[in-house]
Amino acid sequence: MMMPRLLTAAFLGLVALPARAEESGLQGVRQEVARMRADYEARIQDLEKRLVQAETRSTSADSKADEARKTAEQAADRAKGAKPPESASGFNPSIAVVLNGTATAMKRDPGIYRVPGFALGDEAKPLERGLALGESEVTFSASVDQALYGALTLAYSRENTVAVEEAFLQSTALPWGFTLKGGRFKSGIGYLNEQHAHTWDFADAPLPYLLMLNGAYADDGAQLRWLAPTRMFVELGAEGFRGAAHPAGGAAAKGMGANSVFAHVGDDIGKGGEWGAWRLGVSELWTRTEERKTNSDNDTFAGRDRLTVVDATYKWAPDGNFAERHLKLQGEYFHQQETGRFNELRDETTRQGYYAQAVWQFMPRWRAGARYDRVWADDVSADLAETTLDPQGHVASRQSLMLDYSTSEFGRFRLQGNLDRSGDKTDQQVIFQYTVSLGAHGAHPY
Amino acid sequence: MPRILVAVLGLLLASAGPARALEIFACEPEWAALAAELGGPDVEVFAATTARQDPHQIQARPALIARMRAADLVVCTGAELEAGWLPVLLRQGANPRVQPGTPGYFEAASVVVMKEVPTRLDRADGDVHAAGNPHIHTDPRNLLPVARALGERLARLDPAHAEAHGLRQAGFLARLEPAIGAWERMAAPLRGVGVAVQHRNWVYMLDWLGMTEEAAIEPKPGVPPGAGHMARLVEDLPARKVRLILSAAYQDGRPSQVLAERTGARAVVLPFTVGGSEGAGDLFGLYEDTIRRLLAAHAGG
Repeated sequence: MMMPRLLTAAFLGLVALPARAEESGLQGVRQEVARMRADYEARIQDLEKRLVQAETRSTSADSKADEARKTAEQAADRAKGAKPPESASGFNPSIAVVLNGTATAMKRDPGIYRVPGFALGDEAKPLERGLALGESEVTFSASVDQALYGALTLAYSRENTVAVEEAFLQSTALPWGFTLKGGRFKSGIGYLNEQHAHTWDFADAPLPYLLMLNGAYADDGAQLRWLAPTRMFVELGAEGFRGAAHPAGGAAAKGMGANSVFAHVGDDIGKGGEWGAWRLGVSELWTRTEERKTNSDNDTFAGRDRLTVVDATYKWAPDGNFAERHLKLQGEYFHQQETGRFNELRDETTRQGYYAQAVWQFMPRWRAGARYDRVWADDVSADLAETTLDPQGHVASRQSLMLDYSTSEFGRFRLQGNLDRSGDKTDQQVIFQYTVSLGAHGAHPY
Repeated sequence: MPRILVAVLGLLLASAGPARALEIFACEPEWAALAAELGGPDVEVFAATTARQDPHQIQARPALIARMRAADLVVCTGAELEAGWLPVLLRQGANPRVQPGTPGYFEAASVVVMKEVPTRLDRADGDVHAAGNPHIHTDPRNLLPVARALGERLARLDPAHAEAHGLRQAGFLARLEPAIGAWERMAAPLRGVGVAVQHRNWVYMLDWLGMTEEAAIEPKPGVPPGAGHMARLVEDLPARKVRLILSAAYQDGRPSQVLAERTGARAVVLPFTVGGSEGAGDLFGLYEDTIRRLLAAHAGG
C-alpha cells in the first residue's frame, strides 16, 4: 500500500518543521513551506483521488457519526457512574403501609356470634358493625445481607392494640432450590392463608378459614421450602410451629405444638399464559393442644387436630394481558378431624367446608365477584350433645357478591353484600370497605 | 424408598451442575430478542411476557417461578417497571445465582441514560418511576450500551464461550449501527411531527426521531382518561396540530380511535416490542415496522 508510507513521510516532515524554522528564520520557513507545498501537491491530489474512491466504498461519514455517538454514550455512562452515593438512609428498610376500614350494616351483633358445631377462636366473628377501622398494617422489609431477607408486619387488631402479625427472616442464598424461613409468619398451607387480608378479593375471610383457622394460621416457627428444578412449578414445604395459634393452643409439646407439610404445583396454559395459569395445592396441618380456651373462655379443649386443605386457583386474561380484563377462579376444601377431651368429655369430631369464588375485572379498575361458602360439622356422640360442638343439624353457609373500584393500583373501594347463614340466625350484611397502600410498591404473590 | 431417594438426589444434582446452554430469563420480549442475538446457540432464552401483555401488570405466575429457579441470568428493564411482580419471582424462585447484585442479574436501564427522572416523588402524579421512564428500548440507540454490557455479562458468566459471545456481540453491533442510520434516514419525514400518546411509553423513540409529544391520553401515567379529559383532548389535539395518536399493541386502542375520529388525527398501533406485529419478528423488524407504520399514517394523514 502507498498510503501509509505517504502518511509517514508527511508526518515526519511536519515533526521536522519547527526545528528548521528556528535555524533559518521566517523567510526560510516561507520558502520551505512553498517548496513542501509544491512537493506534496501532486501526492495530495493523488491521496484525494484515493479518498474519494474509498468514500464511495465505505460509509466513512456514518462510522464517524457512530464513533461520536459512542464517545458521547461512554461519557454519559461515566457520568451516571459518578453519581454521589446515597446517604445512610438509603439502607433503611422499605416501608409499606396499608390502611383499611369498613362501614358495615348487619342485624346480628358480632359479639354474640355462634356457629353450632364449632369451637370458635377470638377472631372468628363477622366484621365490626357500623364504622370501624379494619386490618391496617405497616410492613418494614429489606435484605439483611447477601444471604438473608427480613420483614416485620405490625397490624392493628380489633381490640385497638398493635400486634406483631409477621416477623421473619428468610434465606435468599441457599442452593438447590431451598428456602428457609424463621420467626413469626403465616403458614404456607392452603392458598389464602399466606396472603395478607388487604390482598383478599372480599372484605371478610371465607368461612372455612374463619371457623377452623380463626382467620388464618400464623405462628412462631420455621419453614423449609424446596422448589423442584422442573419446568412445571412444583414446590414442597414443611413447617414446625410453637402451637400457640388456633386450632392449636397453649404451645403444647414443650412449645413445638404444630407441624405442617404442603405441596403446590402450577403452570401456564399456552405461551405466556395466554389461556390462563393454574395452581393446585394440598396441605396438612397437625396441631396439639394442652389447653385451648374458646367461646369466651367457657370451653376448654386438650388433644389433637388434623386439618387437610386442598386448594385450586385459575387466572385468565385475554392474551394473558391482565391490564384490561381478567378472571380469577379460586376454591379451597377443608377437612378437620379432632381427637381429645372437650370440657373433659371425649371428643372425636369431624368438620368439613369449602368456598368457591369468581372475580371478573370487566373493565380497568372495576371488578365484580361472587363467592359461596359452606361449612358443617358431622354429628357428635351422645356425650357431646347440647355442647358447643353439637351442630344440631346446622350447616353454615354464606353467599356474597362484591363490586370494587380501584382509584389506582394503590387504592380500592369495595361494596359487598352477604347473605350470611353461618350463625344460628340468617343475617343480611352490607359492607363498604376501603383499602389503600402507601409507600413501597407491594408485589403480590400469585 | 431408596429409588425415590436416588431420584430426588438426581434432581438435586441436575439442578446443581451448570447447564450446557446458559438459561436466560428475560422479563420482556425485547431483552429476550437481544439475549438471543448475543447468545446464539450458547443460550436458551425464556421470555416471561409477550408483546400483547402490559409489562406493568404481570402476574407472578407459577410457571415464571419455576423458570426463575432454573435461570443463570435474569435480563430485565429495571427502573421499577417490574416492581409489581419481579421481586416475588426472585424471592420465591429460590435461586441465589440471579439475585440483585449478583452477576446473574442484569437491568438494562442501569447502563442507559434515563429520561424523565422525576424531581418529586408523589403517587398523586400517577404511576411514576423514581429511576425515570423505563421504556428505554423504543430508541434503538439505547440498545448499543445494553448490548455491550449484556455481551460482557454473557462472556463473564460463560467463559468457555466468551469468544463466541464476543464475536456475536461485535456482529450484532456492526449490523445495528448502520441500521440505526438507515432508520433515521427513512424516518426523516417524521421529524417535527406532533403526536399524542396513549401512555407515556414513547419518549425515547420520539426523541430519537425528532417527533414531539403534544398530549397524552392518560391524564397521568397509568390513569385512564375520564370524559372531561377526553373532551379537552378533542379541543387540544387540532390546536396543537397533532397528526398521529400512538398506542402500543398491548393497549386498548379504543380511546385512540375515538379521538382520531373526532379530531382527524390518525391512530397508529405500534408493535412496541418484538412480536407486537407480524413485521416485528426480531429487533430489526421491530424498528423498521414501527417507522413504516408511522410513515404510512403520516403520509395518509
